Amino acid sequence: MTAHDAGCEKCEELLQGYLDRDLSPAEVVVAERHLNACGYCRRRYRFEERLRRYIRVSASERMPAGLLEKLAQLREQTPGAQF
Amino acid sequence: MAETDDALSDAGEARRIANDARERVRFEEEALEFAEQVYRVARRLVSTREEAEELVQDTYARAFRSWRSFTPGTNMRAWLLRILTNLNVDRGRKIQRTPDLQPLEEGDYYLANKLAATDGEQTLEQDQVVERLSQNGVVDALAALPHDFRDVVVLVDIGEFSYADAAQILDVPIGTVMSRLHRGRRILKQTLAEETLS
Repeated sequence: MTAHDAGCEKCEELLQGYLDRDLSPAEVVVAERHLNACGYCRRRYRFEERLRRYIRVSASERMPAGLLEKLAQLREQTPGAQF
Repeated sequence: MAETDDALSDAGEARRIANDARERVRFEEEALEFAEQVYRVARRLVSTREEAEELVQDTYARAFRSWRSFTPGTNMRAWLLRILTNLNVDRGRKIQRTPDLQPLEEGDYYLANKLAATDGEQTLEQDQVVERLSQNGVVDALAALPHDFRDVVVLVDIGEFSYADAAQILDVPIGTVMSRLHRGRRILKQTLAEETLS
């Protein structure tokens, strides 16, 4: 079941701000009121949440073995600073 | 008496040197704790693992040399990333495509709509729907972003920095961060749609 109206267009515009928690309180009300009534947008908001997690996980790479040791060796040596 | 004064000032000087060294070591240990996170961002800003390693090493060499310019108690992770992004610019990036020449941007539902069109509306409700997008595809799509957009998307969505921190790291207004972030994410999703579902 699809419902494409001006409400859905507005809801789409609010998507990123909503998930970033960057909307004004009034905008949050507009979004949530629409989401409560609209499965089309609700599915897309949930999809976007999953997508962001997936992007972060997919794009996160671990440090290669040995890099930390190399970085530690870059520390400046101060002669005589022993404690 | 001169001898006592000299002895006192020597003792004071020794204390200062010891305190200085302690502060420096504390700084270095904290900085090294962020290495994994710094690498995670670096890896997505350059093309290869080798470049990322080199960039991170250069960043830490610079950070350790200029440790006194860091104000204790402030955001060290952001401070390190600022050094890194500046070094990345200095390395001389290839001229990027001007963002304005990009094709007309689609809205934020574009990728979801494409998936729904091929696999049905109900698939959007499944946790596994995102696995239609290969992990390599995600990495490639990020790499394909013009670098002004990529910097922001990587800092915020991979590095998990706030808009404010990203603005500070990149030395741009927060409005610029938001605009590049929103447009960058839309372009990313468009690329993912094209790669996955053509």
